[in-house]
Amino acid sequence: MHPAPSIILFTTLSGLGYGLAAVLGLGLLDASGLSVKVAHLAALAMIAGGLLSSTLHLGNPQRAWRALSQWWSSWLSREGVMAILTFVPLTISAWFAVVEGGYQPVAGLVGAAMCGITVYCTAMIYASLRSIQAWNTGFTPLCYLLFAGAGGFLLASVAGYASGAGGTVCAVIAALFVVAAWLAKHQWWTRLRALAPLSTPESATGLGNIGRVRLFERPHINDNYLTREMGFKVARKHALKLSRLAILAGGAMPIVLLIVAIVAGGGAVAVIAAMLAVLLYALGLAVERWLFFAEARHAVMNYYGG
Amino acid sequence: MTLLPSVPTPRKLGLVIDLDVCVGCHACVISCKEWNTGGYGAALSDQDPYGADVSGTFLNRIHTFEVVPEGGQVIGEAGEARIVHFPKSCLHCEDAPCVTVCPTGASYKRAEDGIVLVDESKCIGCGLCAWSCAYGAREMDLAAGVMKKCTLCVDRIYNETLKEVDRVPSCVRTCPANARHFGDLADPGSEVSRMVAERGGFDLMPEQGTRPTNKYLPPRARKPLAASAGAAVLAENTDGAKGFFAWLDGMLDRI
Repeated sequence: MHPAPSIILFTTLSGLGYGLAAVLGLGLLDASGLSVKVAHLAALAMIAGGLLSSTLHLGNPQRAWRALSQWWSSWLSREGVMAILTFVPLTISAWFAVVEGGYQPVAGLVGAAMCGITVYCTAMIYASLRSIQAWNTGFTPLCYLLFAGAGGFLLASVAGYASGAGGTVCAVIAALFVVAAWLAKHQWWTRLRALAPLSTPESATGLGNIGRVRLFERPHINDNYLTREMGFKVARKHALKLSRLAILAGGAMPIVLLIVAIVAGGGAVAVIAAMLAVLLYALGLAVERWLFFAEARHAVMNYYGG
Repeated sequence: MTLLPSVPTPRKLGLVIDLDVCVGCHACVISCKEWNTGGYGAALSDQDPYGADVSGTFLNRIHTFEVVPEGGQVIGEAGEARIVHFPKSCLHCEDAPCVTVCPTGASYKRAEDGIVLVDESKCIGCGLCAWSCAYGAREMDLAAGVMKKCTLCVDRIYNETLKEVDRVPSCVRTCPANARHFGDLADPGSEVSRMVAERGGFDLMPEQGTRPTNKYLPPRARKPLAASAGAAVLAENTDGAKGFFAWLDGMLDRI
């Protein structure tokens, strides 16, 4: 599958944003701290930025509001509806934190749950597609949820250390989430690499009972929409190497930095270590998301010799 | 409304494509493009049409496959392989995933005849339906930003201003080899249903769980190349010639 930058940016940014908003909603941090107020606004900005970038790949973005209508059958529609509804508790929470300097538990907890549901809907858009076998597994939403949680606790630990309270709690939970997320992703990759294709050129053409089927001539010489959108192959060559780099940047290095922050217990060292952990984690996540698309093989490529 | 019809549609209009007959001329590709660029919805645009990197939106395409039986050789080495031309357009599936994934209600399956269509005034061009289709039946039109797909020429088949013989999809009407047939696959007595029953018509990728309406008829069994070898050898061999030809053979040998 073609890794469109707008979709990679959307899933990475909104995942981090929803993670942070959910963690803030749990009330682990002191809402009177300046960095916690900034974190509330940053979470909203990341979510909104992610949603806006996701509309960039639409052919007719002026009709995007129609995507809210088919929530009873379409995961994409459910995601859109949940994204907008989730803004309500998140905005109330942010209002209480920024203006009142306090924590509103009802809005916070409801918002946290709705963040989780929204991320689940995003993941199910991909996981529900039978035509893309790599994504068609329960591990896909599990990875999305754990990655959002890890990103949320990482960002919250920066805010906690900067405000002087709650940083270590968030850092410890962040480390656990980072480990869990990459373990789940490792399982996802193991499954992908052991996968026997559901559909083959033989089943796609129905000619398997005559013999082995090979594409002889494409319908046309140049690329078309389908081969551009679904025939992406560049990254597969380096997939294994890239996945190791993603684990190193997004998993191993943030863990080391979190341990530094936890040992330091606070102050500038802890803040800087947590910030570096966030940056490296985001980098690793972007590589992971890129591979998520680039490694996924679409059944239609059975008709295009790919 | 992106829910599929709750009960089986009373009619299942679709195509039956005969892989034994298709000669791979691409006439259906061109006639489809010509009819549909001026018919239902936005025109089928081309990008860079006179340049080196030309591409465009098509609703029907012909792929060509080489099938090599067990122990056969590839065709380039004159073995047992056979070439099968393979026309492919929307299969108007009964469990069409392209319909249920649509977030706007633009993609729908008609309850009366099972045709899967896109209401372009509702389509936002997100491309998710094309992702969900294992068959590559949907292509985004890059100029209009909406999803295009085979309409089964819904603007021909019910069109009483056309002569009755023309009230079939454009690809069916134009096929010079008669490889494409149109009809109601819900009616076991229809000509298309009988063809499917007699020839062992099959579904593409049944494992995708889409239950396609369109069916494909397999290429008929072919005798092995070795069984035809005698004919080729005869040209060099005059054994068994009789009468005038035996005399001519002898005379020519003596000259």
